[in-house]
Amino acid sequence: MKKWIAFWSILMKDMKMYYLKPPNISWGLIFPFAWTLMFFVRSEKAIDIRGVLPGVMSLAVLFGTTSMLAVTITFERKSRSFERLLLAPISLNLLMLAKTSGAIIFGILNAMFPAIIASFVVDLSGINWFTTILSIIFIAVTSTFLGLFISVSVSEVFEAQTFSNFVRFPMMFLCDLFIPIEKLPAIIRPISYALPLTHGADILKTSINADGIIPSWISFLVLIGYTLVLFLMSMRNIQKRWIY
Amino acid sequence: MVNVVKNKLKNAMGKKKIITVIGKKGIAKEHLNLNILEVRNLSKDYDGFHAVKEISFALGKGEVFGFLGPNGAGKTTTINMLTGLAKPTSGSIEIAGEDGIKDIKKVQQIIGIVPDESNLYDEMNGFDNLVFCASLYGMDKRKRERRAQELLKQFGLANTGKKLFKAYSKGMKRKLVIAAGIIHEPPILFLDEPTTGIDVETARQIRRLIQTLNANGTTIFLTTHYIEEAERLCHRVGFIVEGRVVKIGKTVDLMQETQQAHIIEFTLENDADTLKESFRNAFPNIDINTIDHFRIRISSPEKIDLIPFIKFFDEKKCLVREAKMIRPSLEEVFVKVTGIEINRMKKEKEKGGEKK
Repeated sequence: MKKWIAFWSILMKDMKMYYLKPPNISWGLIFPFAWTLMFFVRSEKAIDIRGVLPGVMSLAVLFGTTSMLAVTITFERKSRSFERLLLAPISLNLLMLAKTSGAIIFGILNAMFPAIIASFVVDLSGINWFTTILSIIFIAVTSTFLGLFISVSVSEVFEAQTFSNFVRFPMMFLCDLFIPIEKLPAIIRPISYALPLTHGADILKTSINADGIIPSWISFLVLIGYTLVLFLMSMRNIQKRWIY
Repeated sequence: MVNVVKNKLKNAMGKKKIITVIGKKGIAKEHLNLNILEVRNLSKDYDGFHAVKEISFALGKGEVFGFLGPNGAGKTTTINMLTGLAKPTSGSIEIAGEDGIKDIKKVQQIIGIVPDESNLYDEMNGFDNLVFCASLYGMDKRKRERRAQELLKQFGLANTGKKLFKAYSKGMKRKLVIAAGIIHEPPILFLDEPTTGIDVETARQIRRLIQTLNANGTTIFLTTHYIEEAERLCHRVGFIVEGRVVKIGKTVDLMQETQQAHIIEFTLENDADTLKESFRNAFPNIDINTIDHFRIRISSPEKIDLIPFIKFFDEKKCLVREAKMIRPSLEEVFVKVTGIEINRMKKEKEKGGEKK
């Protein structure tokens, strides 16, 4: 019970201090609009909102979670307030769970904005909402742990930003969002299939438009695998680098 | 929480043999009859560099232990190992009967840590910072709010509780960091350079707070580069140089060990220079030095009996305003033991502080 008091406090503190700040809320609103507009410009015709929705939602989650977590943890490390958390009588796993929960919730809310906005413009009937929400949660968890991995690998806030972009931008172009995988050079296709965002976006495509190309259970397994590997690697790095 | 701590101490008391440590500050004797912290052959290596080399020491319950040494001696690495921020390469730590390495999370429940730099949240106010820190120890909402109010009042910050931490002065920040360190009423408190870089008045207040905490039974592990602060506060001190504990003992004993001669200083009403010659004739075995026109200092390898001197001054119709024994300071002990000049150490620390 006592440990959960600490967990809840860390989560609430992060939500108040970082995620629910006006600039971040506006980021959550502006970002999906910007992406939708980009898809519109690219298509040069009346936009198929339902068609681009899986991509916009998955990118909103990816960008929201990785940026926020990597930056907030690096910032707290620099200001030494993270040290206070490490000195608290709660396990490292619970501490990191509390830290990542805020980013996961922020990512899920980020993904909801495009869906809510789209609901005013197009007919969203026929969507498998259970799978959609489940896939958003899985993308949010995987991307958050990617953010955690980044934050553990760097020591400065600007490094966290650079590292995040280094990982995210190539992923955007290789994950079937802008360029269909079948149109990519054969040598790059295995990389695309190995990326977590490909699988996250594909589950969303299946649940929203039924046009995914990978069986959803495989994609869920890949995301679970990524989550576990990233979490374990991050914990190992924390033990090695922060509790030195 | 309090019960948990009490049980831990009770268990520890059951396991440990009772030792006697006499406190010079007059703290209750029952506070001093138990080793609450024991460090054995503790070492820490970083990529082949030996930061701490097989150090061993113990803290009795209720004592203030000073850990002194120059920059880079291994003080902070030792504190980090004791509090769970660094893993020892070898050796053992036992705190209140718990294994301080394997069961560090249990230990963290009963220790308070005040680092040398602030580790609170700039964007939170003083009250919220304390409440948040209390929640990390699992205190319920009502209790943590009450405790936060109590500490703000005790530290003279009651009027600034709603002010953002970043708007606090350096001294206020320091006080709040200490308050955060004792929010869960830990029986053992680690204080890393608590008065470095703050104004004289706040430093005095902090020293008084440390004394009050200790008087209430808190065991304190203190690192400082202000030797006079250690002399004033600590029952025992340990000197660490280049990762090794080179001397450890009761503050009074260490100072006595360094004493080469017994020295008494007299402050007189009359001109001391005029008495010098007759003084030498009356006490040929005593060395005499005049400090200024009104003060003379006498020294002897043997203990000095005051009465003949008082009689001498009385015969000479010379009024003695003060007679005091001059003892070697802890600073002299430090210089003798470590070979390091205090001023150099202070300058190094201040430079380090500026860089930070």
